[in-house]
Order: sequence, then structure tokens, then C-alpha cells
Amino acid sequence: MSGHATYEPRSPFMKWMERRLPIASLVYSSFIAYPTPRNLNYWWTFGGILAFMLTVQIVTGVVLAMHYTPNVNLAFNSVEAIMRDVNYGWLLRYIHSTGASFFFVAVYIHIARGMYYGSYKEPREVLWILGVILFLLMVVTGFMGYVLPWGQMSFWAATVITNLFSAIPAVGSGIVTWLWGGYAVGNPTLNRFYSLHYLLPFVIAGVVVLHIWALHMVGQNNPTGVEPKTEKDTVAFTPYATVKDAFFVGLFCIVFAWFIFYIPNYLMHSDNYIPANPGQTPTHIVPEWYYLPFYAILRGIPNKLLGVIALASSIIILAFMPWLDTSAVRSAKYRPLYRQFLFIFFAVVIGLGYLGSQEPAGGYVIAARLFTLYYFAFFLIILPLLGYFERTKPLPNSITESVLRKGAPIGASGPPPGGGKA
Amino acid sequence: MNSYRELMTAGVLAAALAVGTIPARAQEAVAPPLQHWSFAGPFGQYDPEQLQRGFKIYREVCSNCHSLKLLSFRNLADPGGPGFTQAQAAAIAATFQVTDGPNDQGQMFQRPGKISDYFPPPFANDQAARAALGGGLPPDMSTLAKARGYDRGFPWFVFEAFTEYEEGGPDYIHAILNGYTDPPKGFVLPPGTQYNKYFPGHAIAMPKPINDGQVKFTDGTPETVDQYGRDVAAFLMWASEPKLDERKRLGFQVMIYLIVLSALLYFTKKKIWHEVELHPELEESRAPAEYGR
Repeated sequence: MSGHATYEPRSPFMKWMERRLPIASLVYSSFIAYPTPRNLNYWWTFGGILAFMLTVQIVTGVVLAMHYTPNVNLAFNSVEAIMRDVNYGWLLRYIHSTGASFFFVAVYIHIARGMYYGSYKEPREVLWILGVILFLLMVVTGFMGYVLPWGQMSFWAATVITNLFSAIPAVGSGIVTWLWGGYAVGNPTLNRFYSLHYLLPFVIAGVVVLHIWALHMVGQNNPTGVEPKTEKDTVAFTPYATVKDAFFVGLFCIVFAWFIFYIPNYLMHSDNYIPANPGQTPTHIVPEWYYLPFYAILRGIPNKLLGVIALASSIIILAFMPWLDTSAVRSAKYRPLYRQFLFIFFAVVIGLGYLGSQEPAGGYVIAARLFTLYYFAFFLIILPLLGYFERTKPLPNSITESVLRKGAPIGASGPPPGGGKA
Repeated sequence: MNSYRELMTAGVLAAALAVGTIPARAQEAVAPPLQHWSFAGPFGQYDPEQLQRGFKIYREVCSNCHSLKLLSFRNLADPGGPGFTQAQAAAIAATFQVTDGPNDQGQMFQRPGKISDYFPPPFANDQAARAALGGGLPPDMSTLAKARGYDRGFPWFVFEAFTEYEEGGPDYIHAILNGYTDPPKGFVLPPGTQYNKYFPGHAIAMPKPINDGQVKFTDGTPETVDQYGRDVAAFLMWASEPKLDERKRLGFQVMIYLIVLSALLYFTKKKIWHEVELHPELEESRAPAEYGR
């Protein structure tokens, strides 16, 4: 990854190793000496939290896979057997099912942080696009995982979501049959979802490597959006960033543990404890909470094909943010108008999430349409225009200057210190 | 600080807009009244005596129609359960007839249950149940307490995350058993159904299953439908979530561990960042990257 390889092997073994596979110096330059802006706030710890969550999901998932049976007649009971008869199976399963939710909590905060501080802008476009790809992979993986317990919601969510592809003209129904491996959601569907649910997390891990690689090429953004200019603007990744990340992973785990141990079924739908029954549609099919905003967009649009297009666009449009945003200033801290519109955008997404959980009737549909309109207008109208109309606040000359202005630095009663003049 | 307030304001506005446009929803179900449960809260644990009473009710009443397929007789002696001994669980198993086989003659046969057997279902299959019960299919009770609930809507669901409310299923089961009333004037019941205040849509196929005094308790517990409802709902919660005691006990230990760990990490972080926050760049000779080495 990028330079700063100042690792010098001391032991004879490490010297021997360094000439053959310089993995130690790679780790050293990427996770120890790597310079990180000194002014990062705690919103920046969610990248580390996501890496932690991916590990948790893979470890618990691999053990769960040892006990799970992907067969329509056995899947539900095999999950129940995990809960009842496997040693700490209830814990593994609740960590994994709650972990999916907390993975999404972290990724939404991570994305929101990127949007707020303009982390998608030049030169971080590829980093951002890799992030959008990771999010898409998470969405697909999470959906397939939700199908595996083969409860009522599993089955009907699989039916509804796979049926979306039937909206594609001409080839739609053929694609759906191909996805199902038959003429209805059935055993072949469950089998392939299981296979892909096991595969995709490792694809995610691979793209995470690219994501971190891209990050280390361009360096981290920071709350000012001003690139580090001197050594003074940065601190070493270890111990500074690592300890900060570790502290927030600890706090995150407290909330995570609250859900695992005290309300493990809070984020799940009670219907999923009813075995799948193709002959009986639940009164109200809802996806997991983390898909609700997109579900609301889908349902708000009366035409099925347009709804599916809007659903797909609502995620893919994120990838175009670096070019839709015309402003030269990164951080919303210095963009008063963008900041207002962005907070409204966040509120609209939460509002869409609420609407997605309710039955689509009357005022709900109208509200969902208005919110959908704002969702897309934010990207397609507000972002491009703001760059031309917004009066941004003056940027600090450097990260160090912004840090020093904030507090009252010891011994700095006079003019701004040296760091500010760079 | 300012940005948080703006975010909150925007959120409240959006929520108000969303809620303001809601049409009065058709009242399909009535909220089940909240009951007191021994297993509620972070320190909640099952009351073995209550589970034994609930098991008695299941056995004498519910099991005539409802299966409990995922439970084995051995579970009755599991820790965190009704607290029967192995011998008692085996004795209970022996009172059930279980289909086994095929034997050497190729025939299925009946034998008394063993502790390793699962609770035998009352009907051979769903079709047999429907045929015997006029078309209705009694759900299996193994996961029933987690498969039922009531959505109290916004903002209650937010509070429920903090109050650690996960007893929606037992509350609902208790409410159903106590919800058999005369239908309101003008309510047309489909044939073969009864009116139940708490059942979604109110027309329930299950006839009133239990009446005051029907199941005898030897420990002086009131023999009322209200009490029966609580006891059987607690038993069904245990049947759905047999590891709840262990979960909450371990949860408390994990919480303590995580809180102490986070506190230690916080002070470690403070110590490590201390020098950076003293603004060492005021001393031109040192670069921050060198600190902490």
C-alpha cells in the first residue's frame, strides 16, 4: 500500500521473511505507521466497527453452517435445533441475526458520515464506489440470510423480492424461473440462497481489502475536508486511531449486547417463527428494517417496472455522488445549505423507513411519494445546483489550525501558532 | 451540538409529516393488556412452579388439539425449565403413547414414551386435525409465544427497545384466553367461529378452551382463567425460548465485562491522546507522529 514503510525487521527470522514475503512491513505501513488525520471524530470509528462486524458475522456464520440444513422440510427445525440443542447455539444464532442488523446500523452511519464530510469527492471516488458495491453486496447477502430460517417472512420475502425481476420486459419471467430454479420459490431456491449466503461474505471481505487499499492510496478524509499538509496534521494509526476505534467498538458492543441478550427478537418479525407455508400469505409482508426505506420507494410508485427501477436507482445513484456534487468544498461544516438539505435527506430516509413498515394506504402512499421525490431530487437537482449557488464558509488553512482554533491551546495566548501558516 | 439539534428537528418534522398523513387505521386488533411476568426485565427468570402449572394446563387442555413437536420430554428436566427431575420427566414420558417402528414385522406400533421422545402430536397430520376440528388447524405450540405479538406502533416500539419488552407473545396468549366475550351488536360471526376481543379480526375458530376451575392446582393458586392464561403463556414462552434464563444471566456478565472494558479503553485513549491534545506543535521541534513511542 502507500509508502511510509519504515519497518525494520530485527529478529533473524523476520529478516529472512522480509526478503521473501514482506507481510510484516505491509501490516506495519498500513496499520501502524499509516498517518491518519489528527482531527478525526468518533464518526470515523465506524469503518473499524464494520470490519469487526464482518468478522463477527463470518465466525458465527461458519459455526451456524455446521448445524444448519438447507432443505425446505428441515431448515426451520434445524434453526430451532440450533436454538435448543447446540451448545450456546442460541447465542450464536442471536449474535448472527442481531449482528446483521448492527452491521447495517454501522454501514448506514458510515455512509452518512461520508455524505456529511464529503468523503466521496476527488480523489476518493473509487474508494466511495467500492463502498457502494460493498453496501449492495451486504443488501444481497442480508436478504439471502433472512430467507434461510424458512419462516413465513423468509418465504414470502423471497417470493416478493425475486418476483421484482418479473417486471423486466420480455425476459423478466424467464429470469425469475432461473433464479428460483423452478416455477415457484422452493427447495432449489433455498439451496442456492444458502450457497450464495456462504459465498458472498468472502466476496465482501475481498472488496473490503480493495476498499482499504484505495483508502490507503488517497488517505482518510477528515472533518474539515482539508487534506493534511504537514506531518503535524497527522498522527500514527497505531496507537492513536486503534485505541479510538477500540473504545468505540466497546461502546458499540454494549448496545449490540443489549439487543442480543435482552431483546434478541425485537428487530425480527414474529411471523418468522411460523414455518414457511406457501399456501398462506401473511397479512402484511415486510422486509427487515434495514430495507424499509427502499421498500417504501418501491411501493410508492404505482407502476411495477418503474418501481423496480426506482428501487435499484436509489442505491446505484450513490455511486454517482462524486460527480453529482459540483461544490469544491468537501465538509458540510463549511456548507451551510448542503448541511440543511442533507439533514432533511437523512430525515426523509428515516421517514421512508417508517412508511415502509406500514400498510400502503391513503396518506402513507402520498407521503412515500413525496419523500421519494425528495430522495431523488436531493441527488439530481439539489447536489448539482448547490455548487453554483451556495456561499461556503471560509476553510481553515490546515487541520492543525482548525484543531487549535477550537480549544484554548496551552501557552497559545498570542497569535495563531506556526501550524496555521502552512 | 448545533448539528444534532438540527438533525433532531428535521427528524421530528419528517416523523410529524409521516404520522400526520396517516389515515385512521382500521382497528383490526385490540392491544393485549400488559401482564406481570417473572421472566421480564434484564434479571427476569422463569418461575419453575409457574411452568409446572402451565405444563399441567398444556397437558390437560391444549394438548388435545395443539402439538408441541419441537419439545422433548428430556427438556422438562433441563435447567431453566419447569424443574422436573430426570425421573419425573421419564415418568411423564411413560404416560404418553408414542408411535414407533417399523418393527421386525414391518408394522408401526405404540409404546409408552421414553425421556428421549418428543411430545407426540394429537393428530397424525394437518389434514386429520382439520377433519376432526371442522376445518380449523391448531398451530403447533413450540414457537407460538415468539410467533405472536402485537405491534403497538410508533412511538411505543422505540420505548420497547429501552424497557426491554419482549413479552408481547405471552401477553397476547393470555389476552386471547381471556378475550372470549359476546360479540358487539351487529358483528356478524362467520360460521364455526367465536368472538374474541383480542384476536385480529375477532372471529377465532378455537372454541373457548378453558373455564374457571377446569384445571386443579394443589398449591392453592387461584383456579381462574386469568391465572390459567398467565401460567400457560409462561409455559409456552419457555417452550419457545428455553434458554432465556441462561441468556439473561450470561447477558448481565457480558454487559459488566463490556462496560468495564469500554471504561478502560476510554482512559487508555485519554492517556494516549493526552500529549496530542496538549498541542505539541507549539514546540516546533517535535512532530506528533513521534509521540507515544
